[in-house]
Amino acid sequence: MALLEVRDLVVTFDTPEGQVHAVNGLSFDLDPGQTLGVVGESGSGKTQTALAMLGLLAENGHAQGSVRFRGQELLGMSTQELTSIRGSSISMIFQDPTSSLNPYMSIGDQLVEVLTHHRNLKRREARMRAEEMLHQVQISAPAQRMRQFPHELSGGMCQRVMIAMGLLCQPDILIADEPTTALDVTVQSQINLLMDELSEQSSTAIMLITHDLGVIAGLCDRVLVMYAGEVMEMADVDPLFAAPGHPYTEGLLKSVPRLDRDDSGILSAIPGNPPDLLRLPVGCPFRARCEYAWDRCTAHPELRETEAGRFKRCHLDTLPAADQALVEQANEQGAD
Amino acid sequence: MNQTAQDFFEQALDRREVKGRSLYVDAWHRLRKNKAALTGMCLLLVIVLMVIIGPMLNPWDHEIPDWDHYSTPPSLETGHIMGTDALGRDLFERVMVGGRISLLVGLIATLVSLVIGVTYGAIAGYMGGRIDNIMMRAVDAIYALPFMFFVILLMVVFGRNIFLIFVAIGAVNWLDMARIVRGQTLSLKTKDFIEAARATGATEAQIIRRHIVPNLLGVVVVYVSLTIPQVILVESFLSFLGLGVQEPLTSWGALVNEGAQELETAPWSLLFPAVFLALTLFAFNFLGDGLRDALDPRDR
Repeated sequence: MALLEVRDLVVTFDTPEGQVHAVNGLSFDLDPGQTLGVVGESGSGKTQTALAMLGLLAENGHAQGSVRFRGQELLGMSTQELTSIRGSSISMIFQDPTSSLNPYMSIGDQLVEVLTHHRNLKRREARMRAEEMLHQVQISAPAQRMRQFPHELSGGMCQRVMIAMGLLCQPDILIADEPTTALDVTVQSQINLLMDELSEQSSTAIMLITHDLGVIAGLCDRVLVMYAGEVMEMADVDPLFAAPGHPYTEGLLKSVPRLDRDDSGILSAIPGNPPDLLRLPVGCPFRARCEYAWDRCTAHPELRETEAGRFKRCHLDTLPAADQALVEQANEQGAD
Repeated sequence: MNQTAQDFFEQALDRREVKGRSLYVDAWHRLRKNKAALTGMCLLLVIVLMVIIGPMLNPWDHEIPDWDHYSTPPSLETGHIMGTDALGRDLFERVMVGGRISLLVGLIATLVSLVIGVTYGAIAGYMGGRIDNIMMRAVDAIYALPFMFFVILLMVVFGRNIFLIFVAIGAVNWLDMARIVRGQTLSLKTKDFIEAARATGATEAQIIRRHIVPNLLGVVVVYVSLTIPQVILVESFLSFLGLGVQEPLTSWGALVNEGAQELETAPWSLLFPAVFLALTLFAFNFLGDGLRDALDPRDR
């Protein structure tokens, strides 16, 4: 049995304009120790999926379906039960580390509070444990750092503290919601390196939400590609990068700048914008932006297993090579 | 930059400033740089010390008249350094004793309004929705009660008592505090660190107590610094109406009123209490302003 089983998760928000469909029937598993990358554009429902799992949706949000953690249903659980799971069995770190820490509390106090709350430790023990954890996330002079306040630390330091806080209670799952987005590039790579080391050392499963495919390639075992609140493709990391099975994945991969390829210098991008979540299109949600769209795409494709452990939501069995498609198009026009 | 060089720099940087400064030490450093606030604080300190020690050193009593000197101007010869009032009582003594009452009313009434107002406002703002609606409508309803009517009612039921004045003023002032705190909480609760705290499994009560309330500090301090002088003024108004402090006990407000009546014959009996009252009010305002700036850890 998987550690976390998400089945047909639907997240909607009531707004004055109507219902926003943020997540539409998402299903996936997370195994112990696994690192799952969740990738997709802004507004594809990555963060809302994570928040729904922990019962942290905004007040106008509703989650349906099933999220089972160790066989226990999380959706509809009482707040009291949820608070005992949050931060203890499942913890989450957020995008912006500097604003995720309380400016009026010292780093140490914030860390200790989590421990005293979940583990019933005495303050002394908790302080020692917190210090140890800061050391593990490679913060120098942890004893002194404990007395500092968030504004005295850099963004990268703050994110290390957040990671330490997330791992304090040795959770089964750590959800990292774009942990490096708000940091500058050199610090990003340090944090990613740290996450990689920590995931290897501990048995904690990581759900890494990002839109950086480079991070996914470096850290993750499995990838979930989301678009308009649906799984577009789900596969192990290597096969996915070797041969993307979905046009959207392919588009994302093409939009990554690469040094080893000598292109014209213009970075390719997926044309258009994600669909309006108030009025989801009929058929394949990616249809309007897909360069391979054809008649059948007006019917909503089912998620199907193309190879063992590899799923995709597309009517095409294989993607035609992009260049070839252009050649064919040119030929057709020539024939006319 | 290669890895070893980077390590080197990080260590070098770490060694330089790892000594954590607590928020309050930090705030103190910033407050010390603010001349106006510092002056205000020193002035307050001096006034408080005077009010406490002054009557002990002064040979005169605030109740017993000096039968030889009615309405005498300030003079070292007579020993009445601020003169005497129409009944021959030493003004210095009366100003000091009155200061005790005024400052005490200011502090206690503000404390009452602080505790009730912050708790009430933080809960209403944090819970939001229906609870917020009910709680704030209750505040509106109490607001609608005429303050004087409320005080008179209290006096009739419980009899005249200084502590009743503290309670009455505090019980009215917390309404403003609750509204201000609620508004702040509404904007605070959408901040990332509240969400992060929730994700670490903090309970609602913990979030309010550990994360919301400390972050209200800046606003609350300023409001407190405005409330204390306001309360002192309200007390003097009540005393004027005969509902507040009663003779022979006095307060700055009461002294100013007495002095105003004798302005033409004995201007010093207005001057001294008025100067003390004004200086105190100024000092609180400057100090509050400085504290607000100093207590914001992001503002460096």
